[in-house]
Amino acid sequence: MVVGAFVLAGIAALLVLTLKWSDFGTSSVSGYTLTAEFDNIGGLTDRSPIKMAGVTIGRVSHIQIDPNTFEAVVTMVISSQYDNLPKDSFASIYTAGLLGAQYIEISPGGDTKVLKNGDKITMTQSAVILEKVISKFLFNKAAAQ
Amino acid sequence: MNGHRNAFLDGLALLGQAAMAAAAHSGQMVLFTGHLLWRLLPAWTRPRLIIQELYAIGVLSLVIILISGGFVGLVLGLQGYNILSKFNATESLGVMVALSLVRELGPVVTALLFAGRAGSAVTAEIALMKTTEQLSAMEMMAVDPLRRVVAPRFWGAVFSMPLLAGLFSLVGIAGGYFIGVVVLGVDPASYWGQIQQQMQPMDDVLNGVIKSLVFGAVIGLIAVFEGFNAEPTSLGISRATTRTVVLSSLSVLGLDFILTAWMFGA
Repeated sequence: MVVGAFVLAGIAALLVLTLKWSDFGTSSVSGYTLTAEFDNIGGLTDRSPIKMAGVTIGRVSHIQIDPNTFEAVVTMVISSQYDNLPKDSFASIYTAGLLGAQYIEISPGGDTKVLKNGDKITMTQSAVILEKVISKFLFNKAAAQ
Repeated sequence: MNGHRNAFLDGLALLGQAAMAAAAHSGQMVLFTGHLLWRLLPAWTRPRLIIQELYAIGVLSLVIILISGGFVGLVLGLQGYNILSKFNATESLGVMVALSLVRELGPVVTALLFAGRAGSAVTAEIALMKTTEQLSAMEMMAVDPLRRVVAPRFWGAVFSMPLLAGLFSLVGIAGGYFIGVVVLGVDPASYWGQIQQQMQPMDDVLNGVIKSLVFGAVIGLIAVFEGFNAEPTSLGISRATTRTVVLSSLSVLGLDFILTAWMFGA
């Protein structure tokens, strides 16, 4: 009996380590959803945090490609206590620290109308890809000479 | 002058004796392994014996394994947070704790504790059986002690190790979660999310299981061999027990390097 329980517990532990609990973490976030389109999302993934002034206010719930514009459509869930984001808010993708994970920072605009469930943030800034920045810088240097 | 030369020659003779003893010991071990291999499968005709050993070797080691796993996880959480916060990358705490545990610390620390807790007990038990001539008595009754006593203990060690290592890693990840998320305020969804994104079930978990199986087999083999070949005196039992712990700890650490180089190197 005890041995059976031990074997079961051990196998269960190995399975838990192996399994991908797909919904873990997002299920705890409740609120309203917004979408935003980006040219390039860099290393943004599901469950990446949405921050405002550095405070986490939501999560990325899923990411897909718009079949017409070929842009990345990021769906995010914002905690319902932050229901007064201005309509002209700006979404940008940043990296936490030098090596950290990427997140979306929302900078509030000045509009009196607020974003509602299902709305789209139109003003976005894509992730900064370091190689692109460097190559742009190098080309500018070369063009100046 | 003459005395000096004798001391040198005595030392040389001692070194030679030690080398001969070591060679004889390893030769005996190889022979013993050969004898044991033939009895490993027949031992399955009496699964009850193996289940008994799973209890004595595995279940009774649970407490020490779980407590140590928890503390190792707590320490990893603290140290990892300390380092990662310098790079502003505390989101990666979960994956750092989980990978260190599943790849290395889980199998290795479990194996070291297992050698001390279960390996020494197996050696002492078999050595005492030999000292009190229980093994000879079995042979007199045409019961093969290798099959009746030794093989089930070996199987018990092989099967217990991966289960214990898995539990160790899981408790450790929970300990890291407690320190990182509950105490230090790392984002919980990042802790789990990064573990899920970065940890590969086939590469990381399976390699950890292979490691712990190998460690279990090595510790089991050393423990039963030292017990079976112990000098039948009280001093012999204590020496055999010590040798089990020392030899299996060293083999585990050495093998871990070889296995890591094979699995993750190059």
